[in-house]
Amino acid sequence: MRNTFTILTSTCVPLPLENVDTDQIIPARFLKATTREGFGDNLFRDWRYDESGHPRPGFVLNQPTYKGDILVAGKNFGSGSSREHAAWAITGYGFRAVVSSFFADIFKNNSMNNGLLPVVVSPEFLSELFASIEADAGTQLTIDLPAQTLTNQATGRSEHFDINAYKKDCLVNGLDDIDYLLANKEKIERYESLVTSYKLQVTSK
Amino acid sequence: MKKTLFEKIWERHIVDTLPDGTTQLYIDRLYCHEVTSPQAFAGLRERGLKPFRPGRITCVPDHNVPTLNQDKPIEDPVSRKQVDTLEKNATDFGLAYYGLQHPRNGIVHVVGPENGLTLPGMTIVCGDSHTSTHGALGAIAFGIGTSEVEMTLATQCIMQRKPRTMRITLDGQLRAGVTAKDIALYIIARMTTGGATGYFVEYAGEAIRQATMEERLTICNLSIEMGARGGMIAPDAVTFEYLKGRAFAPRGAEWEKARVAWQNLYSDEGAVFDKEVHFCAEDIDPMVTYGTNPGMGIGIREAIPSLDSIDEAGRISFLKALDYMGFRPGEPMLGKPVDYVFLGSCTNGRIEDFRAFASIVKGRRKASGLTAWLVPGSRQVEQQIRAEGIDAILTEAGFALRQPGCSACLAMNDDKVPAGRYAVSTSNRNFEGRQGPGARTILAGPLVAAAAAVTGKITDPRTL
Repeated sequence: MRNTFTILTSTCVPLPLENVDTDQIIPARFLKATTREGFGDNLFRDWRYDESGHPRPGFVLNQPTYKGDILVAGKNFGSGSSREHAAWAITGYGFRAVVSSFFADIFKNNSMNNGLLPVVVSPEFLSELFASIEADAGTQLTIDLPAQTLTNQATGRSEHFDINAYKKDCLVNGLDDIDYLLANKEKIERYESLVTSYKLQVTSK
Repeated sequence: MKKTLFEKIWERHIVDTLPDGTTQLYIDRLYCHEVTSPQAFAGLRERGLKPFRPGRITCVPDHNVPTLNQDKPIEDPVSRKQVDTLEKNATDFGLAYYGLQHPRNGIVHVVGPENGLTLPGMTIVCGDSHTSTHGALGAIAFGIGTSEVEMTLATQCIMQRKPRTMRITLDGQLRAGVTAKDIALYIIARMTTGGATGYFVEYAGEAIRQATMEERLTICNLSIEMGARGGMIAPDAVTFEYLKGRAFAPRGAEWEKARVAWQNLYSDEGAVFDKEVHFCAEDIDPMVTYGTNPGMGIGIREAIPSLDSIDEAGRISFLKALDYMGFRPGEPMLGKPVDYVFLGSCTNGRIEDFRAFASIVKGRRKASGLTAWLVPGSRQVEQQIRAEGIDAILTEAGFALRQPGCSACLAMNDDKVPAGRYAVSTSNRNFEGRQGPGARTILAGPLVAAAAAVTGKITDPRTL
């Protein structure tokens, strides 16, 4: 059972860069933990802090003007490595949703498996949103997952977003895939009995 | 109904389909490494579960391992704990484990194919985006996150949306001095780093059919760098020849049965792909990257693009990338100084890559002041390097061979490029900080890497 996601209204943190890869979200040298906790401290580590660990004042997470539960980013967010630590770093920092005009596939799956909602909007809606935030850092955004809409409160404009029904159900009710799969185990065994396959046993030898 | 290769394998692995189209997909093989699996095993224990099908799971530490003194305990206590945790999880649950010093140890994407663990027609997952490598043998193989590793451990299934299909056809023949890495970097540069997002790619065409198995592994490995879920190549005589006799490949009558079944694994004539793309192999030159994603690649004799050739939305990112690299728009890449060379990784850490590198450095000397890390992809590759006498050629030219692992590809161990220094790397990613904080990575194939290693600068290997 995870946190549920229904309606969220919040100010946003803008990151108008394209192709933000998961190595930037959480560099590899911070992947050595064996638990899911603590990654938020190193979110965007090398953009956020200099070599000696001091905050870089130019980076958006270090600017008190911008805060909120929603990260708004340029296209192809989360590309590269499959590390789920990227989703853990973003949720660990406190974000609950990321808005972009498109996401890398694995990152998108990882997000939804951690109660972090990736919201895909049109490039036009995204650039208008960046403009609203630039004009007023207090711009609020409302994400209504049951209705699948996103509203820029500064302009009053809304856009519908896609999400598959199964994943939406999981997020709204705080369920995960393992709950579903475990309840479906008989079907797995039936599948295995029907499909003949060459011997696949692996050994340590 | 005409079907693509992808559809044939996918449909055979459907356990159940939800009303919204989400597929419960059966997984034939799960590979685990030490970085993306500990939280999955912990989750399994918290739920009081055990791996559902332990015989389908192989565990190999590779990301975090040192490339020197592997016979001694790992010095970094945090890295050591991660590797020990994988070993403990494998031992507790009775899973195959190829630890350091084990003759089958190496990078998981090198180990799987070379031991015949990866076979045509399979579905394969691993908590690593370069799992796409295994598609070269005609499998559906893709990277997953840790939650999905946990699902696979618990049920041997994951929940997936069926991706769209794309066929990339490479007609014609490669010119001399052009490698599989150049093919991939050329395709990614044209597709862009997100251009295949949402798709599963099949590579086809004359140049692909003529490619060796190892070249195909390199090409499929880099599919993720244009955003593709995976890449695959229909199995053929090259595939069967490669697999026959490998440790876990079927034998005797089983082999014959399997081979007959594998011969049906191809896209039917007239099968429809969601997208078709064509390239011509003769157009490809040795490639190098100039920026901070693998899509920022050019022919080695070309200049870095000018600012006005970049669309407006991408200019901030383009300039940020060049600023990081210390390059200017419109500059040539030839002649740029190089401080480090890395030969290795799941992209270019196989025997053919070491042969290619050796063919250039033979009879030459490593450039003075240059640091080179030559890291075999596995113990078996390392052994073959020695058996073929390649190590002697390398030593004579002033190079030294290290021990297998992911190494400087992602710099989780000590193999880090210092800030501001330039590395020509045969790995797969040139992201900011990928090879160490502030490190500047130029991706290239093994021939370009070798040319840089003996000249200390970006050099067209065809001119040596």
